[in-house]
Amino acid sequence: MIEFDHVHKRYPERGEALSDISFALAAGEMAFLTGHSGAGKSTLLRLIGLLERPSRGRVVVDGRDLGALPRRQIPLHRRQVGMIFQDHRLLADRSVFDNVALPLQVMGYGQREIGRRVRAALDHVGLLKRERATPVALSGGEQQRVGIARAVVARPPLLLADEPTGNLDPELSREIFELFERFQYVGVTLLIATHDLSLVARMPYRTLTLADGRLVNDSGGW
Amino acid sequence: MSRVRRPSARPSELLLIWLAHHLRSARESLRRLFGMPLPTTMTVAVLGISLALPATLYVGTDNLRAMTGRWDQTAAISLFLRHEVDSSAARALAERLRARPELARVELIEPEQALAEFKELGGFEGALEALDDNPLPAVLALYPTPSHATTGQLRALEQQMVTLPEADFARMDTLWIERLQAILALAETATLLLGALLGLGVLLIVGNTIRLEILNRRGEIEIMELVGATAAFIRRPFLYAGAWYGLLGGLCATLLVTFSTGALQGSVSRLAALYGGEFRLAGLGLDGTLVVLLAGITLGLVGSWIAVGRHLRGAEAD
Repeated sequence: MIEFDHVHKRYPERGEALSDISFALAAGEMAFLTGHSGAGKSTLLRLIGLLERPSRGRVVVDGRDLGALPRRQIPLHRRQVGMIFQDHRLLADRSVFDNVALPLQVMGYGQREIGRRVRAALDHVGLLKRERATPVALSGGEQQRVGIARAVVARPPLLLADEPTGNLDPELSREIFELFERFQYVGVTLLIATHDLSLVARMPYRTLTLADGRLVNDSGGW
Repeated sequence: MSRVRRPSARPSELLLIWLAHHLRSARESLRRLFGMPLPTTMTVAVLGISLALPATLYVGTDNLRAMTGRWDQTAAISLFLRHEVDSSAARALAERLRARPELARVELIEPEQALAEFKELGGFEGALEALDDNPLPAVLALYPTPSHATTGQLRALEQQMVTLPEADFARMDTLWIERLQAILALAETATLLLGALLGLGVLLIVGNTIRLEILNRRGEIEIMELVGATAAFIRRPFLYAGAWYGLLGGLCATLLVTFSTGALQGSVSRLAALYGGEFRLAGLGLDGTLVVLLAGITLGLVGSWIAVGRHLRGAEAD
């Protein structure tokens, strides 16, 4: 599903953020991406979501060579990748329903289909009753679950999460990870960047560790 | 692991969804404009005034043209007779001239009649009463037939008339009309220039308003890009906002023009009555209104297009 081939990312102002990264993630696999802050976790995820392009090397996602993807195709690629952020990135002036509906509106679904899918996604994250609320009325954990619902509503084959539990207490974090496991059961590929090592250690998944932009450890889980 | 991108691939359904999104964008951007009444009103007012200025000038020149067009047909030569020419001789001359084919009508204004008219105009009573005898000469007003009313023909006729023994001098009434027409041509050029300048102003105002709106909604735009919105999808509401601004500005401009012509109607009618005429000020009319509205929408669209092109580059990956 994801294939990195000697990928470098260099910023003119910060220098090399990623150096010679190579790994592959199979379809349906769930993996953690860990490392100290500034190790390049976010950059790696941004390359997969095509928010940025590598300076060198090749990134292939779901058979698409991202380097060869013309700009016009970028939106179509992003529709195939659900992205979850630490700060949720919700629209404060719209209801939970409208926030989750956004990807479907963008993709041109009809109203009825949107309603059906949004409620299914909200039901999945346990927020069906809050669809009329605005994000500010929700707790941090609830907001993150709205972000997750938005990421999965269009049923992308790949989910990326960047520190999804960064601001949550352990109990809520565990809930979020259990949610991710449920997506994995239905065949979604997940790559989750986190520095919550104690949680990672308790779960039987593959862990990629970054340090100073290099892939220093790739443990195959239990 | 490939999946269907859209719920349905039938073209007719996609077209419907596309249309529905256009409708929603248009409605959404209009609602957004009404959601911030004060800034919107100010922008629309500035646009309205910018559009109303050239429109008012256009209406003004249009009216003047209509006015001179009517007077053009009554263009005449006033032939002033010598003081020695008495009333009967003047009448005989008038009779002789009436026989000429190029003249449709010859009107004799006798000195007493002229004096009476003068007095009627007011302001001269004292001055006129101080005079012992009537200083005014008899005048023949010569109205050529329309087929002999070009400036050249009139000038030739004038030349002929002055050589008559009874004639003192002749004055052609077309001169001031020619001057007026030259002024009108100038005013029309000025209208075009002013229109172009203020059109540019409208473009910049809408462009800047949309630019600020884009900056305000940066976060929202970024999120839209993250979930895979195409550049066209993101641009659409801003383009509609520009068109709405233009349309509202155009409506405001037509209202302003209609209001000012209405306000001027009374004084113009009084002025025309003083000149012994009747004149109704024409407004923008349906054509003019449509032109103003269309110009507003076009300028609004182009202005927002420029802003959107400069500040929204779509999903970026660098």
